[in-house]
Amino acid sequence: MNPDDVKYTSSHEWVRVDGEVGTIGITDHAQKQLGEIVYLELPEVGHVYNANEEFGTVESVKAVSELFTPVAGEVVEVNKGAVGEPGIINDDPFGDGWLVKLKLSSDEDVASLMSAEDYEKYVKEEEHGA
Amino acid sequence: MKFLPGSDSERREMLAAIGVPSIDALFASVPQAVRQEPDLPAPLSEIEIRRFLGGLASRNANARETAFFLGGGLYHHYTSAIADQMLYRAEWLTAYTPYQPEVSQGTLQSIFEFQTHICLLTGLEVANASLYEGASALVEALLMAERLVKGRRRAVLSAGIHPEYRETVRSYFVNLGLEVVEAPLSAGGTTDPEALAAAVDETTFAVAVQSPNFFGLVEDWAAGSAAAKRVGAMSIAVVAEAVSMALLSPPGKGGADIACGEAQSLGVPMHNGGPLLGFMACRTEHQRQIPGRLVGQTQDAEGRRAFCLTLSTREQHIRREKATSNICTNQGLMALASNVHMSLLGRAGLREVAAQSHAKAEYLKKAIGAVPGFRLPYGGPTFNEFVVEAPGDAAALLSRLARRKILGGIPLSRFDPSDARRFVVAVTEMNTREEMDLFAGALRETES
Amino acid sequence: MSAELQEKDAAVDRLRPEPRVNPLVFERSGEGKVGYSLPPLDVPDVCAIPEALRRAEIEGETRVTEVEIARHFTRLSRLNFSIDQNMYPLGSCTMKHNPRINEEMARLPGFAATHPLAPEEVSQGSLELAWTLERVLSELTGLPRVTLQPSAGAQGELAGILMVRRALEKSGNPRKTVLIPDSAHGTNPASAHFAGYKVRELKSSARGTLDLAVLESAMTEDVAALMLTVPNTLGVFEDQILEISRIVHARGGYLYCDGANFNAFVGVAKPGLMGVDVMHMNLHKTFSTPHGGGGPGSGPVAVCEKLVPHLPRPTVERRDDGTFYLDYDRPESIGRLRTFLGNYGMFVRALAYISSYGNRIGEVARSAVLNANYIRAGLSDVYHLKYDAPSMHEVVFSDKKQQEHGVSNMDVAKRLMDYGFHPPTVSFPLIVHGALMIEPTETEGKPGLDAFIQAMREIARECVESPDVVLNAPHTTPVRRVDEVGAARNLILRWKP
Repeated sequence: MNPDDVKYTSSHEWVRVDGEVGTIGITDHAQKQLGEIVYLELPEVGHVYNANEEFGTVESVKAVSELFTPVAGEVVEVNKGAVGEPGIINDDPFGDGWLVKLKLSSDEDVASLMSAEDYEKYVKEEEHGA
Repeated sequence: MKFLPGSDSERREMLAAIGVPSIDALFASVPQAVRQEPDLPAPLSEIEIRRFLGGLASRNANARETAFFLGGGLYHHYTSAIADQMLYRAEWLTAYTPYQPEVSQGTLQSIFEFQTHICLLTGLEVANASLYEGASALVEALLMAERLVKGRRRAVLSAGIHPEYRETVRSYFVNLGLEVVEAPLSAGGTTDPEALAAAVDETTFAVAVQSPNFFGLVEDWAAGSAAAKRVGAMSIAVVAEAVSMALLSPPGKGGADIACGEAQSLGVPMHNGGPLLGFMACRTEHQRQIPGRLVGQTQDAEGRRAFCLTLSTREQHIRREKATSNICTNQGLMALASNVHMSLLGRAGLREVAAQSHAKAEYLKKAIGAVPGFRLPYGGPTFNEFVVEAPGDAAALLSRLARRKILGGIPLSRFDPSDARRFVVAVTEMNTREEMDLFAGALRETES
Repeated sequence: MSAELQEKDAAVDRLRPEPRVNPLVFERSGEGKVGYSLPPLDVPDVCAIPEALRRAEIEGETRVTEVEIARHFTRLSRLNFSIDQNMYPLGSCTMKHNPRINEEMARLPGFAATHPLAPEEVSQGSLELAWTLERVLSELTGLPRVTLQPSAGAQGELAGILMVRRALEKSGNPRKTVLIPDSAHGTNPASAHFAGYKVRELKSSARGTLDLAVLESAMTEDVAALMLTVPNTLGVFEDQILEISRIVHARGGYLYCDGANFNAFVGVAKPGLMGVDVMHMNLHKTFSTPHGGGGPGSGPVAVCEKLVPHLPRPTVERRDDGTFYLDYDRPESIGRLRTFLGNYGMFVRALAYISSYGNRIGEVARSAVLNANYIRAGLSDVYHLKYDAPSMHEVVFSDKKQQEHGVSNMDVAKRLMDYGFHPPTVSFPLIVHGALMIEPTETEGKPGLDAFIQAMREIARECVESPDVVLNAPHTTPVRRVDEVGAARNLILRWKP
């Protein structure tokens, strides 16, 4: 269920790198934890971020969660469709429910992120702890 | 004890079910060293409570038995009989915050209606479910403005804003790294447009003006809005006498981004200063930053219209230290009373209350202005409140009048000791011509 | 039910005078109807407001009669659940009976039709009442002074932390951090933040109480205060409270007590004796003032001697001749947090309530603790108890056993409405996943508690045998499950003309 072609963060974002552009979203696990998403706050195109920096928030009826960049880079595209209809994040978190695309500042950040297998293990441990 | 329904035998059965010998055993985790019975009188019966509290109440001058002219953000308007009777219904009085919409549609629909009344009255598009009272409503409006205009630190407040509101803002702001600048009044008693413009700069996130201001004078909302717009700050309209909005040009029309203040005069008794009814309204584009509870319309699983609390992720039970405000409760019962009262009056009734209050204030102003030695220092238009300058110490004069069952006004020395001779007089539809003649006559006598 | 009967029912439903969906008051408006009257104007009808500053019209006319208002609001009220109807097992909210004598006393014209800026000579009764309530709350908390000004608990917290800050500033360093256990109410971190402090969260021990080793290492000279809820939000009393206050004081910090749960020990133990320096109370919880569908509250704050100079202005004082006055001349005060003296109407109610119990007010706590433990004994075999430390006035179960059948705490809560009870608290405390936080209060008797236990046991059985019934609950409430997601996605916050 967690695709192999993306890398994962401990704050439950994913990034799919294609050349120098990374597409970022939240994981299926994250959307399930939040429940039905009702609101999304995303940055403007042109904003530059370090890795692990807050770039927006995602809200359900009962919870709100900050979004963190898995990698450093400049925002080149924002998913307007998701802003208008945030339910698509619940329906297709790894596809149409993506959030932003960043032009990567370096490719070093990606190496430190988790694989699908590591992420699954991480989620299990986190659940066990709670 | 009369509020403890358990019988002795039931208590014994409960202890047996729990498996402890006594209630005391359930307190084992409370160290002996911290236990102590309170040194209080014996329990009182209802009859004794009536005597005790009735005795205290009888030592206060109340508005029903005096000629009453006190205002200053708290007014003696009529409150419909049915508004208070409604509050006695257990379903309103003893209900909890409507977090569970399926069993709270009454409270939720009433708040939705209250929000609508406030929108219509302020001329703005979105209103919340109410706030504690006027001063903290202004604090919340300023904090909201700061979030909307990120990165700026200065709030400019007109010196015509209620002094207790301004003091409240300072208490809140002192540790938040925010600066409060006061724009002085002109000789005419209203906000000086030039001084206001000078106080506003590129670091300003909000400009707040009150109308009618603390001295009763009507301000032009457009002046504050223009000063705010020039630097991209939020324009905040403060209203401490909400009835005035029925007669005066509303905040929304004057370009205000946020209106806030005190709605006590719309159906809530004075309660010696609380509970009151803070309100806030804003434009649709800023609705996600409005603090406090909000009720939204939606539907239930069978497609019927229903209401629920919404946008609650801004609140502190979810956001904790990132919450947009420090408010938990609204003023549920007061908002209900106000909804009942406003609905009953309708627009026509509200206008008549406002028009009568104004006309009577004009009558009294003229009568006092004609008393030798008394002066009306400001000539500008007022709604139902105005400043009088006495020939001597105002506080002493007002105390003398109080002994004659005339509560003549609020001495300004309460807020500025150097302002010894002036006081503020408020008039509502409750005041009769006879009372006002009595008041003016008493001023004649007391100074002669 | 047969199809024929169902159809008939629907037909009757359509004819009932009280439609299941209530029109808004604005939708009842009709030309020519009037709901008020005023005496004829007895002075010249003048308007001295210049045209430019005058309002042209107010949109959205409501013309309704008093008859319709009476029906409208009575019908709406019947859609609400209330304490007078049945038990509200809402943990941390203390939904107890609201004595009606309190309501009558607060409405005496000598309290309800008075103004706080009236001359002192004609306000002696008001001032004496506030002064007396302060003395009584001081006696119950074991702390020397109390401010009655804060409008609600959250504002009380802020007032308390602001006083701590002022006291620390005076001694040279306001410090930077406030410690808050992870089980705390969300208002605690919000209040600390608004007083300009950073929050450091303390992880609770396996027993659900404060971990002294964690406190020892976190309690540095940079910490202004520890905010502790007593008993904590699990309903567990911090039995090491004296050790806790010793550690906090040894590093020059203040111990703040969140008094939301004062109902568990009022009249039995005193925070002052525990080493508490500052504590807010909720008159609408412990002292029976009505919740009123979400307010008004009232949040007095009791303080130790060191914090007295910093109390909000004004304070109520008594002269040697026995007269009372408001003291505004307090240069070291934190200022004020609202207008006037506070929610005075709530002071009257609270004093009436405390007077009803007098020196026997400890019975309140004893009964509240008995009731919570009775529920605990009646349910702990069917609902999971994450922390099994002794319960005081509330007990916190979780939905762990029900989750095995795909049912969450929220579903259990909604199903409870079908049995005629309000749901327990489910959003809280954060350290119990799927919490069911139950506080019966002292104003329930055994029959009511038995009925509640029976209902909760039935629901536990349904979770196993017919989870769909629970998942789709409620079935018998005035409206069915409400679409909160839809409300948030498509905001409709007012009626439009």
